[in-house]
Amino acid sequence: MRFLFKTDYEDDIRLFPHSGYFVSYGLLLAVLLIAPYVLSSYVMSQLVFVCIYATVGVALLILTGFTGQASLGHAAFLAIGAYTAAYLQKYNVPFPIYFLAAGVLTGLIGAMVGFPALRLTGIYLVIATISFALIVEEILARWESVTNGNEGMRVKAVSLLGVTVSRDSPTFYFLCLAVLVLTIVGTLNLLRSPTGRAFVAIRDSETAARSMGVNVALYKVKSYAISAAITGFAGVLFAHKLSFISPEMFTLQLSIEFIIVILIGGTFSLHGAVLGAIFIVMIDPFLTYLKDDMPGIIAGVAATFGAGTQSAANVQSKVAAFASLNGLKGAIYGIIIVLFVLFEPLGLYGRWLKIKLFFQLFPLYKRATFKRQKIYVKSERNR
Amino acid sequence: MSYFRAENLSLHFGGLKAVDAVSFAVEKGEILSIIGPNGAGKSSIFNLISRIYRPTSGRIFFEDQDITEEPPYDIARLGIARTFQNIELFENATVLSNLLVGRHRHSTTQLWQELLFLPSVRANEKVHRRRVEQVIEFLDLEPYRDKLISGLPYGVRKVIELARALCSEPKLILLDEPSSGLNVEETDDMSFWIRDLKNELGVTVLMVEHDMSLVNRVSDRVIALNYGRVLTMGSPAEVQHHPDVVAAYLGA
Repeated sequence: MRFLFKTDYEDDIRLFPHSGYFVSYGLLLAVLLIAPYVLSSYVMSQLVFVCIYATVGVALLILTGFTGQASLGHAAFLAIGAYTAAYLQKYNVPFPIYFLAAGVLTGLIGAMVGFPALRLTGIYLVIATISFALIVEEILARWESVTNGNEGMRVKAVSLLGVTVSRDSPTFYFLCLAVLVLTIVGTLNLLRSPTGRAFVAIRDSETAARSMGVNVALYKVKSYAISAAITGFAGVLFAHKLSFISPEMFTLQLSIEFIIVILIGGTFSLHGAVLGAIFIVMIDPFLTYLKDDMPGIIAGVAATFGAGTQSAANVQSKVAAFASLNGLKGAIYGIIIVLFVLFEPLGLYGRWLKIKLFFQLFPLYKRATFKRQKIYVKSERNR
Repeated sequence: MSYFRAENLSLHFGGLKAVDAVSFAVEKGEILSIIGPNGAGKSSIFNLISRIYRPTSGRIFFEDQDITEEPPYDIARLGIARTFQNIELFENATVLSNLLVGRHRHSTTQLWQELLFLPSVRANEKVHRRRVEQVIEFLDLEPYRDKLISGLPYGVRKVIELARALCSEPKLILLDEPSSGLNVEETDDMSFWIRDLKNELGVTVLMVEHDMSLVNRVSDRVIALNYGRVLTMGSPAEVQHHPDVVAAYLGA
């Protein structure tokens, strides 16, 4: 175990507290940089989605994890970013400009959504953001002159400095990775400066934040704007990756997926967004596996244990029918959320920290270290 | 002209007069305590000053400026900091970041500068950090810098709240029951610190307190309230022996 001996105020400010971080993050970066030349194109495609989901996850963490404002409307921000890109691309606007424009426009709309949030808390705020998402979805379907309605829009490949970057090329992956890394670094910078601390203050006690001089309304709107802008950037990449966008891609289920990203990853640290993104992107291959291979395997196991050909085939068709049920994905999402909230509210990253601590303290780890307890002294009077 | 002045301050909830035409003045550099039975309106006065409640009528002046209509977040900017009766700390943050929020009124950097963490932001952060360290040293909080609030005992939290208020470098500090929930030794420490606030840092203190021994030790003047009205005002000894105060506490 390493004991940090701080000798300078710089020690509390720098992003990497000690040299070990350079080694581990350097290795991670090296692996990510050589990945496109080693891994298959399918895995690379999944990695691009991990980058995009993680970017949205970081955006949602700023809003929900650090400012404490719930949002089930991030699919709408993603859609606004994606459609801005698709629309401006039609008029031959270059990539860097429509990329920025998408972020700025989404940020402005995010700030507008932030205003009702000033008066709403908890479940009411969630309902307000859901209705915002539904309104956007409806506008996308109806405003045909701009969005092409339910027929959707084609998105051509990125054209960067005169070079066409195909959506499956390593360059596009590096672009997504760069956006993710820049987002994370920017967010970390924000969190170690007055604005980030004001966000955390608002999350934990609005009254105290106010009496310490934090303009709560202004910072809530700022938080919404930043979160929406980042999601807008991610939306541009999302549109390019899919090369086709239509309103039914940006449904409530996508917003819930983003919530799952941070809930499963862990809401207290940016690591959570990345871990959660990896998890959520892996669900689709898992479902495919469930559909394609699982029935055969279970039938095989049944046959090994003495089931006749007839009954084994029967089992296989039953399992196959179950695996291709409509809404199975939603049910799996629901179960995952419930299990994580019940058993690991700190998410995957929290679990990882516990495992790390176990080995650091081995054999002195106490089982009750992370035992949850209720705290009764908190007052709700001055909300 | 007084340093801080409340004139005919009233707060009515429907027919209930929580604060009823209260007037008082605080002189620069004094420690003024407000005492009174439960429900006398002591904390309500604090909440009126820090603008959590809007006064039904009356005016509040600080340094000859009318602050009755200032938005709540500007009260801190003017140099009035406060603590809370039931501790309002940022539970899931470290002691250090709690104290740094206290520095918020001194932050000058813009959002875009912070996103890039420009050298100016870094330099400002170091200044904040140094000021916070001075407060940490003043209140003996060295062992807790990187601890989360949620894992700290009540007595320490109480001190951290005082520390957070001090980090904003206030001219006037409002202490809402600084000794509630503290044991005898912790209360002793608190009384030394409150006097040091006045003598070493030159902060004016307005305090709500139930512990009469603490009130006697630190206050220059005392105001007694009951049912939202001022019963009497004067030195701690005078107020304690005033017949109306005795009646309010013990019954007539």
